[in-house]
Amino acid sequence: MSSVADYALPNPVTDNRSGLIGKGVDRYEGPLKVTGSAPYAYEVTPPSPPAYGVMVPATIACGRIIAVDAKAAEASPGVAAVWTHLNAPEQAPRGTRVHPRSTAPSRPVLEDDRVRFFGQPVAFVLADTLENAQAAAHLVQLTYEEQTPDVDFHGQLAKAEQPPGEEDVEIGDFANGFAQSPAKLDETWCTPIQNHCQMEPCASIAWWDGETCVVHTSVQMVKPAQHGLAETLKIDRDAVHLMTRYIGGGFGGKGQTYDDITLAALGARFLGRPVKVAYSRQHMMHGTIHRPATVQRVRLGATKDGQLTAMSIMTTTHCQRDGHFTEHASNFARSLYAAPNRLTGHRLIHLDLPGAGPMRAPGEASGMLSLECAMDELAEALGMDPIELRIKNEPEVDPETGKPFSLRQLVRCMREGAQLFGWDRRNPRPGQARDGRWMVGMGMAAAIRGNFLLPAKASFSVDRHGVITVRQGMTDIGTGSYTVLAQIAAETLGVPLADVRVEIGDSELPPAPGSGGQFGAATAGSAALAAGMNLRKAIADLAANDPGSPLHGGPAEAVTFQDGVIAIANRSESLASLIARAAPEGLTVEGEHRPAADARNWSQHTYGAHFCEVGVDPVTGETRMRRMLGVFAAGRIINYKTARSQLTGGMIWGVASALTEGNAVDPRYGSLVNQDLASYLVPVQADIGELDAIMLDEADDKANPLGIKGVGELGISGAGAAVANAIYNAVGVRVRDYPITPDKLLGAMLAR
Amino acid sequence: MRPFTYERARDPQAAVKAAAETPGARFLAGGTNLLDLMKLEIERPQHLIDVGRLPLGQVEETPEGGLRIGSMASNTALAADARVRSRYPVLTQAIVAGGSPQLRNKATTGGNLLQRTRCAYFYDTSKPCNKREPGSGCGALEGLNRNAAILGASHACIATHPSDMAVALVALDARVETLAPDGDAREFPLMELHRLPGETPEVETHLIRGELITAVVLPPPPEGGQVYRKVRDRASYAAGLASVAVAGGRVALGMVAHKPWRAAEAEAALAGGASPEAAMDAELASASETGRNGFKITLTARLGAAAIAEAKGTR
Repeated sequence: MSSVADYALPNPVTDNRSGLIGKGVDRYEGPLKVTGSAPYAYEVTPPSPPAYGVMVPATIACGRIIAVDAKAAEASPGVAAVWTHLNAPEQAPRGTRVHPRSTAPSRPVLEDDRVRFFGQPVAFVLADTLENAQAAAHLVQLTYEEQTPDVDFHGQLAKAEQPPGEEDVEIGDFANGFAQSPAKLDETWCTPIQNHCQMEPCASIAWWDGETCVVHTSVQMVKPAQHGLAETLKIDRDAVHLMTRYIGGGFGGKGQTYDDITLAALGARFLGRPVKVAYSRQHMMHGTIHRPATVQRVRLGATKDGQLTAMSIMTTTHCQRDGHFTEHASNFARSLYAAPNRLTGHRLIHLDLPGAGPMRAPGEASGMLSLECAMDELAEALGMDPIELRIKNEPEVDPETGKPFSLRQLVRCMREGAQLFGWDRRNPRPGQARDGRWMVGMGMAAAIRGNFLLPAKASFSVDRHGVITVRQGMTDIGTGSYTVLAQIAAETLGVPLADVRVEIGDSELPPAPGSGGQFGAATAGSAALAAGMNLRKAIADLAANDPGSPLHGGPAEAVTFQDGVIAIANRSESLASLIARAAPEGLTVEGEHRPAADARNWSQHTYGAHFCEVGVDPVTGETRMRRMLGVFAAGRIINYKTARSQLTGGMIWGVASALTEGNAVDPRYGSLVNQDLASYLVPVQADIGELDAIMLDEADDKANPLGIKGVGELGISGAGAAVANAIYNAVGVRVRDYPITPDKLLGAMLAR
Repeated sequence: MRPFTYERARDPQAAVKAAAETPGARFLAGGTNLLDLMKLEIERPQHLIDVGRLPLGQVEETPEGGLRIGSMASNTALAADARVRSRYPVLTQAIVAGGSPQLRNKATTGGNLLQRTRCAYFYDTSKPCNKREPGSGCGALEGLNRNAAILGASHACIATHPSDMAVALVALDARVETLAPDGDAREFPLMELHRLPGETPEVETHLIRGELITAVVLPPPPEGGQVYRKVRDRASYAAGLASVAVAGGRVALGMVAHKPWRAAEAEAALAGGASPEAAMDAELASASETGRNGFKITLTARLGAAAIAEAKGTR
């Protein structure tokens, strides 16, 4: 087991001899994507013409199916089968885990007559064409015995309970500390349900090759998808060959599989031909998970000069009736600011809604929308600059665990951002700046998001042409995994990028956890470095032992790799010539990285500071983002371009969370009101003004051998709070119920 | 989507004849609204008559000094027309405030007028909707109705008409030319095209079965400034919360009623020397709130007053 001390040792990536690390290298798969030739799951060409499956979503939120009339659907043109719970193929009961090491249990479809949420797939049509399947799906008649759904989150806050297995975390004596604080803030913020709205809906195509189910799907994590399907179908895990090569967005919503994959596999087995199944855009809203709504009570106590004496966030949230997911919107605060008396915790309500689950920066994305506005309010109450208030409460060590920080440059992010953004031009008195009809304001917020590393494997091959192939059960959900793996491979083996191939998204490749929790690049990359180092050693040994090589006799340890050439001092040959001569079939080695045994001795996070300028129309209450800057500290950056895209993408989502985005439950039906991208409002080009993200030049040598950290979730963390604080600076009123739409803001302005 | 048959009309006369004679027939022009609704089975036509390629796409001068806009002129082409931009700037402003460039490229003048509401309960076929399924009730009435109508609504329907273009056309006093199945050409004010919901919200216009809009005619531009303002949650590609078109002394409101709303009370008040604020208050005296849309009354009043003042050049 390695130690964190080993991470500081030099390696080809940290040496960065050819300068590929940190460069804004174009996406490895970019040309395929922009020309429409990257086959996403639904577009994979199967070995024979496919049939099409279409799901029928439940139109009630809670109850039972008491009658099924499938006659019209079955008689509809091209229909091969109509399934409901009455005639669905046999599957393992929900939660079965026959193989003890399965990373996911069974998830049967159409399992019984119960309807647990609006949009639950309750029937399935197989037909020769998509159009025939869709037409027939509308003809399936289901009769329900409906129960009144229990979906009113805000009406039941008092009934919320501690999530199972969790306790509040209290340091010091919060109640007393807060009571005795000279300055106090006690306010409540609300955030709505959000839907992931990936560009590519969940979709699968499956066929059977003998006893093996071959399935292409769109999922962030390969192994749980493979294992869960095998458990559901009651077949060996090796009898599922799962691929997920190109993924049109995940954002946490594809951290699990849905009924499309199981229905495609069952349908293909039933028909003996490939079957495609996809969720419609409308069905995605209910049929997959969402970020649950929260109510967050924030209390801050401080001395008159801005020293925090007490700090608390208590979050109430919801999940589905039989679930346990908790949106941990309070957790990030445990490491952010120093304060002697602290209280954080969560309360959970179970509702008859679709599943709550992770969405980009679960916890931070919701939680920072409260605390980072509370800090802005406190700063104003104390007559302090919000940056100075934060700096004053910057902890030396983790304020709850006492552990040292691996590397924390939050203050530098705020100071450099302030300078670049022109923070000194902000009038701390709100409502003072105008530009034409717009009232203009500036706001800022801090960002923090945990950094993680998981075990992973990878294999590296070299062929007779000197081409390196990386193989790993990793995924690329649009983040840049393909590209950063290629960069790490090229730098490690000293070959040009053009001589690297990357194969990921396949259950038969060495396993990696996939994409999620912004651990992807560090986890997959560390394993890739390990495999690359093993390949270097194998190549060096091959050369040192090959009488035909100028490197014969070694020493193998002295072999260098650069520009496709291996050398010891002035003895050299090309990598291709060595392999062609001494190992014409090529060499393949595996490597593995496991987190250091002592990694938990450090408090490890990524940091940033957001700065935003908005305009508010005082007549209508419309807010438009004018410019925004994020400055981030996230360790060494492997690829400036893809990292920046991740960060700006997160910031844009923060703008959405502040201004436009959210869904709402109609309590009569237990359904969400916004069911397409015309009504569920994510930003369009016109919503985003000038936008930039800057990454500090740093390397965290406690994080992993690469010194990198995650950026996928950092960009959204705190971003919306900067927008909300800018709105306050523009007009002088606070709206604590997100999103801050014209109706709410105008109402608050007129009520003043 | 239900199976349907399709024909491409040879000429307007053939189109209206086929539409009157074929059960379940609908005209198809740009398809930007109808096809979406068909995929969701909100619209279930048995037969489509494609009028999109009929030679009705011209924008031409009228002897009176106005413009005659063929019903198949695309939204993009109309908004970009130099005569429209210089003489009817409110129309260009309104058109580009609607949809997205891709939609405007396909959408036609006639189709834009006949687009259907964006009410969420109309779109979700699991919910009651008198417009989609007469007699089933109104899901929005006691639902999430933040964007419902504040003027002219009924207990049967509180949906709004979503067009931006139509609001400007109403303010410009446009007239509509149609061709009826019996070969009769009709001509009437655009204001009279759409209906209020009453007890039959599924009947949205005064067109008879098979009647085809062939043109929209603009009179010469009115004296005075022209302004279109729209409030929306996001900066583009979003249904409006309220809109207002001002053309000289005429005012029309959008997204507040089942039809583009000619603000006759406001116009009369302005003609009588009232302030923009007082004029809007006069117009909205009859406005009523349903559930969550009360803010729209305030919003519309403020927006209208600001636009009237802007058109006058006083602000």
